[in-house]
Amino acid sequence: MGVEQSKTLGSGFITTSLDKLVNWSRASSMWPLTFGLACCAIEMMATGAARFDLDRMGIIFRASPRQADVIIIAGTVTKKMVPVIKTVYEQMPEPKYVIAMGACASSGGIFDTYSTVQGVDEFLPVDVYIPGCPPRPEGLLYGLMKLQDKIRAERNTFGAAIGVGDVIHNEA
Amino acid sequence: MAVNNTETMTINMGPQHPSTHGVLQLILELDGEIVVKATPHIGFLHRGIEKLSEHRTYHQTIPLTDRLDYLAPMSNNLGYVLAVEKLLGMTDEIPERVQRIRVIMAELTRLKSHLVWLACHALDIGAMTVFLYCFRERENITDIYEKVSGARMTSNYFRVGGLSADLPDGLEQEIRTFAESMPAHIEEYEGLLTGNRIWQKRTIGVGKISAEAAIDIGITGPALRASGVDWDLRRDNPYSGYEDYDFEVPVREGCDTFDRYKVRLDEMRQASRIILQALDKLKPGPILADCPKIVLPNKQDVVNNIESLIHHFKIVTEGFKPEPGEIYQSVEAPKGELGFYLISDGSSHPFRMKIRPPSFVNLQGLPQMVEGRLLADVIAVIGTLDIVLGEIDR
Repeated sequence: MGVEQSKTLGSGFITTSLDKLVNWSRASSMWPLTFGLACCAIEMMATGAARFDLDRMGIIFRASPRQADVIIIAGTVTKKMVPVIKTVYEQMPEPKYVIAMGACASSGGIFDTYSTVQGVDEFLPVDVYIPGCPPRPEGLLYGLMKLQDKIRAERNTFGAAIGVGDVIHNEA
Repeated sequence: MAVNNTETMTINMGPQHPSTHGVLQLILELDGEIVVKATPHIGFLHRGIEKLSEHRTYHQTIPLTDRLDYLAPMSNNLGYVLAVEKLLGMTDEIPERVQRIRVIMAELTRLKSHLVWLACHALDIGAMTVFLYCFRERENITDIYEKVSGARMTSNYFRVGGLSADLPDGLEQEIRTFAESMPAHIEEYEGLLTGNRIWQKRTIGVGKISAEAAIDIGITGPALRASGVDWDLRRDNPYSGYEDYDFEVPVREGCDTFDRYKVRLDEMRQASRIILQALDKLKPGPILADCPKIVLPNKQDVVNNIESLIHHFKIVTEGFKPEPGEIYQSVEAPKGELGFYLISDGSSHPFRMKIRPPSFVNLQGLPQMVEGRLLADVIAVIGTLDIVLGEIDR
């Protein structure tokens, strides 16, 4: 993690950079929004339930966008749904991340029809795409871990939080 | 309902709301905390499945049906393949083993769907433990799904004329163990909820709908049976060999959320019984009907036999072509009567496929159930209707 036990200061102290501290706290408590659209939402629920247990990773579903860090687009996005998703996304506080879960959210999947949006990336900045129809809970867990890697690789997160410069996104 | 001179307030519930079970939007007109008018808005998950099926061969539509009621994929598969088989006039040629396995999978699907319903319904009303218990058992069913079809949810297992594969070795025993353990688990859920005073306060007398009103609207499934109407397609219009099994159709008279809960739990017990009976009657045999122009030949025959090769080529490239005509076939899905209305114009694509989803019709009962009651009861009523938006919007 890059957090080191200080030898000179004794056992009660650790030394690290502020960025790493901020990244550590953000990556360890990603709170996704409870926002199921279709079939993938059931696998998302299964991931949160007994066998896969998202809570152990510090991932707790929040019902309000005001309290959420991550929005998992779990399911087919229709044209009628777009303004709703945009509104919900705009209500989330910064920093915020988007996971496109499943084939429909990533690319429209098998529903290449008049009513379906061909991928949520047409209007939201997606951080992680998870393939599958629907993805297995292991797939969602892996996607969430990839997002954690991405968060940990960010630089100047503390600076950006106090208004100095912007966050620098590095390759995870 | 209180009559006074205050103005009503209109609030919006959903489509982003954890209790609307997907993307249902309700416009609620409130007088204080009393709901005066509830208007459901649907269409947020309209994916155009009916239209899409008009451009696909009959076989290619099966995966689309998985995604209608995604809590009960195999029931949708069953309804669809039975409809196509009826259109082709091959209902009598389905081998016995296929019918037994279809029944086993359909009843497992009923359990799977009811488990998610109970998990979400209890979670909405405030009982967290039930959610974790129900999903624990549901994982066992998804394991069985995975072993027969390769997928946890979207199974695509049934084929026109049979199944995509036989049950793998040892699975019969696994299904038996699971079905035998289920009644004890149901007791466990009942122990958490039935005598719970909070649960009783939130469900007894909530969301009442009379038998007449339910029939007028067209409500089917557990919601109808909890209003005292003894109607179950498995018994009253049997398909896939349901007449061979000994099971009861639970009926209750309370018309409210609590009785719908009890009916569904009893149905789960009956489903385990049917699974065990079907396993007892399961004998080795073919898993595909002997209809070479409709059913894909096995791979060995395609390599060694020119006739099979031709059939294989024809079915894969253009599909089979039913005689022009129209049929309706319905099954008792976990949520009610799921019907498929197919029109054939003699080509390899359906001219029109109309789906009669139970959730869509049952949702019509919502305004009647919540009007005049408290806002908090809306949550309980949405849960008790057991709606799935994939099926409502299609």
